[in-house]
Amino acid sequence: MNLQALSGQLLVGLINGSFYALLSLGLAIIFGLLNVVNFAHGALYMMGAFAAWMMATYLGIGYWWALLLAPAVVGVIGVVIERLLLRRLYGLDNLYGLLLTFGLTLIAEGLFHHAYGNSGNSYPVPEFLQGGVRLGFVYMPIYRGWVVGVSIFVCTLSWYVIEQTKLGAYLRAGTENPKLLQAFGVNVPLMFTITYGFGVALAAFAGVMAAPVYQVTPLMGSSLVIVVFAVVVIGGMGSIAGSIVTGLGLGLVEGLTKYLYPQASSVVVFVVMAIVLLIRPAGLFGRER
Amino acid sequence: MLRVTRTLVVTLAALAATGAAAQDKVSDNVVKIGVLTDMSGYYSDLAGPGSVLAARMAAEDFGGKVLGKNIEIVSADHQNKADIASNTARKWFDEEKVDVIADLVSSSTAGAVMPVAAEKKRITLLSGPATTAFTGEKCTPYNVHYTYNNWALANGTGREVVKQGGDSWFFVTADYVFGKSLEEDTTKVVKAAGGKVLGAARHPSPGTTDFSSYLLQAQSSGAKIVGLANAGADTVNSIKQAKEFGVTPKQSLAGLLVFISDIHSLGLDIAKGMYLTTAFYWDLNDDTRKWSKRFFEKHKKMPTMVHAGVYSAVSHYLNAVKAAGTDDADKVIAQMKATPVKDFFTKNGKIGPDGLHRHEMYLVRVKSPQESKAPWDYYQIVKTIPPEEAFPSVEAQACPLVKK
Repeated sequence: MNLQALSGQLLVGLINGSFYALLSLGLAIIFGLLNVVNFAHGALYMMGAFAAWMMATYLGIGYWWALLLAPAVVGVIGVVIERLLLRRLYGLDNLYGLLLTFGLTLIAEGLFHHAYGNSGNSYPVPEFLQGGVRLGFVYMPIYRGWVVGVSIFVCTLSWYVIEQTKLGAYLRAGTENPKLLQAFGVNVPLMFTITYGFGVALAAFAGVMAAPVYQVTPLMGSSLVIVVFAVVVIGGMGSIAGSIVTGLGLGLVEGLTKYLYPQASSVVVFVVMAIVLLIRPAGLFGRER
Repeated sequence: MLRVTRTLVVTLAALAATGAAAQDKVSDNVVKIGVLTDMSGYYSDLAGPGSVLAARMAAEDFGGKVLGKNIEIVSADHQNKADIASNTARKWFDEEKVDVIADLVSSSTAGAVMPVAAEKKRITLLSGPATTAFTGEKCTPYNVHYTYNNWALANGTGREVVKQGGDSWFFVTADYVFGKSLEEDTTKVVKAAGGKVLGAARHPSPGTTDFSSYLLQAQSSGAKIVGLANAGADTVNSIKQAKEFGVTPKQSLAGLLVFISDIHSLGLDIAKGMYLTTAFYWDLNDDTRKWSKRFFEKHKKMPTMVHAGVYSAVSHYLNAVKAAGTDDADKVIAQMKATPVKDFFTKNGKIGPDGLHRHEMYLVRVKSPQESKAPWDYYQIVKTIPPEEAFPSVEAQACPLVKK
C-alpha cells in the first residue's frame, strides 16, 4: 500500500475518533462530577439513535429536529434514572453504580431487541448532507465530515463550559466538596441531576449522529461502550480534556492499525490502555487521588 | 395344572419382554428436539426465535406425536459461543434426553457441538451454519448439513458474477472460521471461472460497526467486485457504508451470505441490484407461499432460508423416525439418507453419505423499490441452480466417512 491509502485510513480513524470523543466526553463528565461509572452509556447512545429513527418513522420528524429532540427525550429519561435510582447510590462504592447501570443496559437492550429484532433499521442520511467529495487521496462522504466538525465543536464547547465558566466552577466545586458548596446556597442535588441528564443527552446526541452511518440496532452501543471506557481510562478517569484528546487520538491509532494489520484493530485500544496504565496509572491526563 | 401354569408364565414373560422391546424403540418415551441457536445476538433475526417456531410448526404438523410418543421441542441460547453451545449440548444429551439438535447457527458453535453429538450418538441437523468442512474433513456420522453451505454460496454467486464480467475481486471478510472459509471457497470459484482475486481485508467479528477502512482498501484495490464474506449485521453495515463511501455503484457488491432479514432491514433502496444465492424464498411457488404465510402470521416476518430449513429438516427427521420405527440414531440417520426430501423447501433433495443435503439453490437479484409490488417482494429469481451444480459432489468432499 501507499501514502494515499494511509491518509485515507487516518481520515477514517479521525471520524471514528470523533464518535469516541463525543461518547467518552459524556462518560468523563458523569464520572468526574458524580463519581458514577455509567455503564448504560452505550445503551443510551443506542436509545438516541432509536429515538431519531422512531421520530422519523412514526412522527415524520426529520434529522435536524431529531438532533435536538432525541437528546432532550433521552436526557429526560436520564434525569428520571438519576432521581429514582442513581441518587441512592452516591457515597457508596463505585461498583454499585456500575452494576446498576449495567443492569439498566441489559433491560434497555432487551426491550428494544424484543420490539425491533436484531437486524435493526436503516436511517437515511439527511438530504442536505448526502454525497461526498474527492479529497485527492480519499473519497470523503460529506456526512462524515459533518460528524467530525460537529463533534469537535460540541466537545470544545463542553470543555469550555466546564473548565472556564462560573457554572463549570460550581460543578467542579460540587465534586470536591458538595457540603461546603451547599452551605453557600447552591442546590447541589439539582446540579447533579442536570449533570447526569446532560451526560446522557450527549450520548443520545452521538446516537443521532451515528444513526445515518451505522444500522440502528439494539446492540449498536454494546461493542462501542467498551472501547469508550478504555478511552476514558487512558485519558484519565474524569478528565474532560483527556477524554476528548484521547478519543480522537485512539481513533487515529486504530486507523493506523487497520492499515498495518487489520486483524489487531479491535485489540489495539486495549494494548494502548495496558501500556498507559503501566506507565501512568492515573491515565494520560488524570490526577492521582 | 402345573404345565398350564408354566406355559402361562412363559407366555407372560415373553409378552412382557416384547412389551419392553416396543417401549425401547423410542428412547425415554419421548422424541425430544433441541433448537440450539442465537436467541438474542447478531444472528437472532435470521435464525433465533424463528427457528424455534419453525421446529414447533413441524412438530405440530406431525400431530405432536410420532410412534405414539410425544414430540417435545426445547430451545436454548448459545450466545454464539462455542463453549456454551457444547456445554448445553452435553447437558441436553446427558440429562434431558434430547435426541436431536437443530439449527446451530454460527459455525463456531456447530463445530463445537458436532463432535459431542457424534460421541453420544445423537443427530445434528445444521440449518444455520455455513462452513463447508462440516460435511468434508470435519464430517461426523450423525450430522446432516441441511440448508446451505459456503461452497453453494460461493458457486452460486461467484460463478455467475464472473460470467457477467465481474472478473476482479476484493474480499471484506469476517475474521473467523466462517468468513475465512467463505473467502477461500469463493476464491477458488472465481479463479476457476477465469477471474482474479486482488486481496482481502479481514475485520474482527462480531463487534465491528465501522467498515469504512476495509471498504477504502477495497476501493483502492480497484477490483470490480467487492465480495462480502461476512453475515448478518456485518453485511448490513458493509452494504450501507459502501454506498456512503462511493464504493457502489462504481464497484459492485457481491453479498456472499445475505438473508432476507438483512434485505428487509436495509431497505430496497440501498440493497437494490445486488446478487445473492439463497436456498429458499417465500415467493417461489404455491407451496412456499402457503407455508411462509403461516409462518408470517405467527412470527410477523417472512421466514429466512434458515427457518424454512429447520422446519424441513425436523419434518424429515420425524418422518425417518416413523419409517424406521425407532429413534435410534444409527437407524434414523440411515433412513434420512435413504429417503429423498420432497416438501415445500425442496422438490428434489437428497442427503449424501457425507451428510450434505443436496437440493436446489436460487441465484436472485434484489429488486428496486419500483419493481417491488408488495411487502417482502424483494427477490427476482435469476437462476434455479440444480442440486448437482449447487453443491459439491460426494467425491469432491474430503469426508473420511466416505470410503473411496
